[in-house]
Amino acid sequence: MKHARVMHQGVICDATERDGQLLLADGRRVAFDAVTWLPPLAPVPQARTILALGLNYADHAKELAFKPPAEPLAFLKGEGTLTGHRQFTRRPAGVQFMHYECELAVVIGKAAKGVRQADAYDFIGGYTVANDYAIRDYLENWYRPNLRVKNRDTCTPLGPWRVDAADVPDPMQLALQTTVNGQRTQQGNTRDMVFSVPFLIEYFSSFMTLSPGDLILTGTPDGVVDCQPGDVVVTEIERIGALVNTLQGEPS
Amino acid sequence: MSFRPTGTVYGVLLNFRAEWDALAPQMNEVPYKAPPQAPVLYVKTANTFSAHGSAIALPADVPEVEVGATVGLVMGDAGRVAGCVLMNDLSVPHASFYRPPVKAKCRDGFLGVGARLRSDGVDPASLMLEVRIDGELRQRADFSQLMRSPAQLLAEVGGFMTLAPGDALMLGCNAGRPLARAGQRIDISAPGFEDLSNTLEGRAS
Repeated sequence: MKHARVMHQGVICDATERDGQLLLADGRRVAFDAVTWLPPLAPVPQARTILALGLNYADHAKELAFKPPAEPLAFLKGEGTLTGHRQFTRRPAGVQFMHYECELAVVIGKAAKGVRQADAYDFIGGYTVANDYAIRDYLENWYRPNLRVKNRDTCTPLGPWRVDAADVPDPMQLALQTTVNGQRTQQGNTRDMVFSVPFLIEYFSSFMTLSPGDLILTGTPDGVVDCQPGDVVVTEIERIGALVNTLQGEPS
Repeated sequence: MSFRPTGTVYGVLLNFRAEWDALAPQMNEVPYKAPPQAPVLYVKTANTFSAHGSAIALPADVPEVEVGATVGLVMGDAGRVAGCVLMNDLSVPHASFYRPPVKAKCRDGFLGVGARLRSDGVDPASLMLEVRIDGELRQRADFSQLMRSPAQLLAEVGGFMTLAPGDALMLGCNAGRPLARAGQRIDISAPGFEDLSNTLEGRAS
């Protein structure tokens, strides 16, 4: 099933996809464009852990002139950077290089500590699409990628759907692509990840407990290009969904 | 009920003058190549939160931890600071600050959190923290010696990310952070605060 979280007529509610419409929790059916889309996540009782991977596709690592890392290159985000499907992401005035990153996002389904790869899928609740924008102008070699690059308000669109894990038989065989104003600029396949989803769950849970609703953004393949205010960026993953985002200018 | 952060807890590296000075000779070298411009931030995830008085289990691969006595500003509504709380930002000792310190700072239990939020409007820059390990004074942290004052840090961080109500921003840890081992007790104290105490224990398994 495909789950969404939306605001409809001023009320936040859960919804599911039904015949090309949204079925709201109260039984009403509404059109996709009748709601404001929020990140498709249930609220959690404590701060959500949002892990993200850098350089997790060999081709992207090459594009950025780095060798693939021997250990996952992980960084963290706060929930404040998330925004929903069909929302706007701000590009600061005067920056030279701001790019999208289409990523498979794993939603943890149950508490995970010391999980082995072979059991990892039991701990996944679902999947969604993340667009992990970066502004390379702000990169510094201190805890890189630093939060000013990766944890900005509106800079991590997520959605539209959270797709149940049971509906994604093999998350390591999914085509990804990004279009900018309808032109395809990025494509890849999750099979080309350096560190697979089961590996990442074993890795992270070896030193920290993951909780239901926590996220792992699994990195992006080759093909990131600069985007400008007004550009419509669609990050899409087979079986999961197409996440639409529009860039907006921001005064300096 | 003990205070527990409801939002995301952020920390900042190199916000004490002595900490900055100690690293300054390396700042223009590989891999850093330049001193940091923006505040060097990191996240302490919710699995790290340990209440005052609780035991913190050290992982089998971590014989000692670095004690990071600090003050967390806890946000209220409309970007205002609701109060401050003592925190013990534990780390696996690490010499390189090039990559995000997820594995060094986000182990289960690695953030001691003071029992109460202090909301009397005390100026955090006036605070002097003391760290005792098994009762012995091991470090002082004088918060008048910050590179960025609390207000300046909040403003610069707020320039690119909004701290939501319940989020916390720790002001940094002084140089000379003491190490502690399993079996030891860490007490962090400051005038006007209840002590923040935690004991370290070895992993049973």
